[in-house]
Amino acid sequence: MSGAATRALGMAKRLFRNKGALAGFAFIATVTLLAAFAGFLPFDPLAQNIVESLEGPSAAHWFGTDELGRDIMVRVVYGARTSLLTAAGAVAIAAAIGIPMGLVAGFFGGWRDAVLMRLVDVLLALPGILFAMALIAVIGRSQMAALVAVGVHGIPGFARITRAQVLSLRKRDFVTAVEALGASSTYSMFRTVLPNSWSPILVQVVVLSSVAILLEAALAFLGVGIPPPTPSWGEMLRTGKSYLYEAPYYAVLPGLVLTLTILSLDTIGRALSVVLEDRQMIGGDTKLERVP
Amino acid sequence: MSDPILSVRALEVTFAGTGVSVPAVRGVDFDVWPNEVLGIVGESGSGKSVTALALSGLLPPNARVGGSIRLGSVDVTTAAPEALRQMRGRDVGMVFQDPTTSLNPVLPIGRQVIEGQVAHGTVTAQNARARAVELLREVDIPDPAGRVNQFPHQFSGGMRQRAVIAMAMSGRPQLIIADEPTTALDVTVQAQVLSVLARRQAESGAAVILITHDLGVIAEMAHRVAVMYAGRIVESGKVGDIFKRPSHPYTMALLKSLPRIDAGGERLVPIPGTPATPAELQGGCPFRPRCAIANGRARCAEAEPALRAVGDSQFSACHFAEELAPGAPPRAGDDDAGAPAIVTALQAPPKAAEDGDLLAVDDLHVHFPIRAGMLRRRVGWVRAVNGVSLSVRAGETLGLVGESGCGKTTTGRTIMGLIPPSGGRITFAGQDITNLTRSDMRRVRRHMQYVFQDPYASLNPIKTAGDIVAEPLRIHGIYDEMGGAARIGALFEMVGLSRQHLNRYPREFSGGQKQRIGIARALALQPRLLILDEPVAALDVSIQAQIINLLQDLQRELGLAYLFIAHDLSVVRHISDRVAVMYLGRIVEEAGKTALFETPNHPYTQSLLSAVPVPDPDVRSKRRRIVLQGEIPNPARPPSGCTFHPRCFRATDLCSAEAPAFEMRPGLATRSACHHAGPLAAAAPAETAGASA
Repeated sequence: MSGAATRALGMAKRLFRNKGALAGFAFIATVTLLAAFAGFLPFDPLAQNIVESLEGPSAAHWFGTDELGRDIMVRVVYGARTSLLTAAGAVAIAAAIGIPMGLVAGFFGGWRDAVLMRLVDVLLALPGILFAMALIAVIGRSQMAALVAVGVHGIPGFARITRAQVLSLRKRDFVTAVEALGASSTYSMFRTVLPNSWSPILVQVVVLSSVAILLEAALAFLGVGIPPPTPSWGEMLRTGKSYLYEAPYYAVLPGLVLTLTILSLDTIGRALSVVLEDRQMIGGDTKLERVP
Repeated sequence: MSDPILSVRALEVTFAGTGVSVPAVRGVDFDVWPNEVLGIVGESGSGKSVTALALSGLLPPNARVGGSIRLGSVDVTTAAPEALRQMRGRDVGMVFQDPTTSLNPVLPIGRQVIEGQVAHGTVTAQNARARAVELLREVDIPDPAGRVNQFPHQFSGGMRQRAVIAMAMSGRPQLIIADEPTTALDVTVQAQVLSVLARRQAESGAAVILITHDLGVIAEMAHRVAVMYAGRIVESGKVGDIFKRPSHPYTMALLKSLPRIDAGGERLVPIPGTPATPAELQGGCPFRPRCAIANGRARCAEAEPALRAVGDSQFSACHFAEELAPGAPPRAGDDDAGAPAIVTALQAPPKAAEDGDLLAVDDLHVHFPIRAGMLRRRVGWVRAVNGVSLSVRAGETLGLVGESGCGKTTTGRTIMGLIPPSGGRITFAGQDITNLTRSDMRRVRRHMQYVFQDPYASLNPIKTAGDIVAEPLRIHGIYDEMGGAARIGALFEMVGLSRQHLNRYPREFSGGQKQRIGIARALALQPRLLILDEPVAALDVSIQAQIINLLQDLQRELGLAYLFIAHDLSVVRHISDRVAVMYLGRIVEEAGKTALFETPNHPYTQSLLSAVPVPDPDVRSKRRRIVLQGEIPNPARPPSGCTFHPRCFRATDLCSAEAPAFEMRPGLATRSACHHAGPLAAAAPAETAGASA
């Protein structure tokens, strides 16, 4: 276990040598911390004050106020909560279904592969937003609905990436070796192949997180996301666009936070894939370090 | 003597990395005269290939070159790119290791062969085709006029490499640099390519620099030899002198560590440790830690010895070269300790030789379907293994040899239960294991284990060495029962690794050490049979001997039976009790090793044995070599009758009509599958004529 911890630490060190990834991580960490501890701050995202509606940024309200006089910054922080939770839940759903699908399809091949991959093709053929709207039309607007809709959209990505990785590992000697030792399929699948597949899957987690945040915002913007008054970035963009002339900051500032979040996640994802590739190369056959 | 074609002085090549720079070549001097073959021999990391690239000015941009390389009137180290371009093709031809990647797959062979001359304007467009045909004819390509428009994929591996030689020779260069030209080829094909190279060299009077790790090829081809170690030449001289009176302890140790096809089974003397890499040199003689005569003397640690004359035309870079009297016994390697007493304590001594066979394979067939078209319909079968029968007795080694594609690895994997057989019977310890259920096979696998060829690929990169060795015990749920961590430590020591390395990851070990981990893993379950699939093929020459000795020690201590699969006949002769030769899915000859190597009766075995280069220059003049024509046919469309008949020098009409049975034949000491089996000497003259065509 300590070995895994050391390796994770070494990887983090190499990852943060990339300044972009470091900045991105700092931004995501700030947003996450604010969102997590928003409840402890003495601000209420729902507190209305019609007298102060649509005011510009000031010392009292850093991002200004909306049409009901609610503090936009407080709502952005609470909106982060919605976005991040939806994204995390969606990624969890996509990974929980997609990874086993890809693992089984790639490891066994044959009819299992054919059936599972056709299923993935069907999912891929459905446009994400349309599918999500259809799903929400059936089960109603709620956070759970948005989460499931975005999660299902992410399944094919995980299934395909896992399958590709498993296929390339399947015929490697060290997998054949545990079979020659008498290991069951379950053992070589979960104990040998899967632990060697994490690198691209990890990158996919980061990539899908940004896609999920964006998709959730898009649903809210179209008015089929999480129902008001729960603050959400997409919902704020939707309302804010009506006041674009009177109060441009209303739509622009939440939009900016959304953009920066996506940008940060993508930067981390790209840096991560570079670091993991390097690591795999060293794990391959270079003789950089040696036991004396 | 005339002036040398090539003069290299104080050549240094350093690769600039991030923060560190690695010296790959550290001061190399040599000359090459017209009409001679200079062999440069060395292990991985010795700098031999970097030297070759420097000679042709093809080093990557991050390389810094010092010293001078004079080729005719050009100094390669300082010449302008245009001058270098002029030089390549006109003055220097290159032959690289892998003919598959050094030919352009989308251009016809003929056009590629002549490309250089057209670019240099030494042949006109009208004459190009005729010249290409002539060049291909010179390297023995059959039907050159028809072949000239074919593409590389229509050529076999050996033909491709001959086409590359034709390409290198097209501009009539004075110098040809051949970097491991036959390493990617099979033995019988290597013999073809080497004989073409030697003939063309003699005909054209060009100088050849032949770079290789194979001392046999050097002895066969070279006139002079330079031995490289850690980026420097440690010894150079005439080929006869180097092999008979090596004047550097490295050369001497290398020769002693080599299993030989023409010798008995004396124990090999391995070189301890691993080859020095330029990155980790610490001053003093780089060979010092592995040297048999250094004995910790201060001078070896203080100064790196310079290359100095020690004989007529022999040079050595050793402070104490004079101590190397011929035949002086080198120190036994410290890796040679073998299996200590701990082994016997842990594992019951072998039972007295049992009657009957431990493993018996009877008429094994493994056929793979070829599928094509939209509906993946079966359009044929690849008969990878087509009727193999063999047996291994407890405690003995059966060597299974053959060239690539003959089905030897498929045979091993099928016995191991990794590939389902299409027909035949496999019996292990009296039990039929051909179609066992998974759980029954699991039990059998405890007694039968597999060691892979590639130590880099066969160890899980994210597990520690200790976990890898413990894995078989955990899979079978007997980790604690077998003694847990203590058992793993003991296994580590059994294969010559330190317990302190239990927690390291595979990438931290060298190739030889990784193979030791693979062997420890195979031994964890106390098997009775090990299937060894080319266990030393991926290792450096000086490391091979360590692993071979380890395997022999383990066999003696633990009473193991080995099925030793290999293409290297010298290694097989060294380690085996009996040997079976495979060709195109069948065993063509089988016998005790002395009988098989001394009096082979099957023409394939005979030509295979004659094609192996022997690391002794005296042998090359005495030996008669049978150069087989063609290459191994496609196992999807095997020839009729005896599958060897299209390449055989004894083939008659009977051979193409009827497949010979595999049996003992009256008056012969080996079991063989040939209508005309018999010793080579009997019908020698006629055969040589037929074979050398």
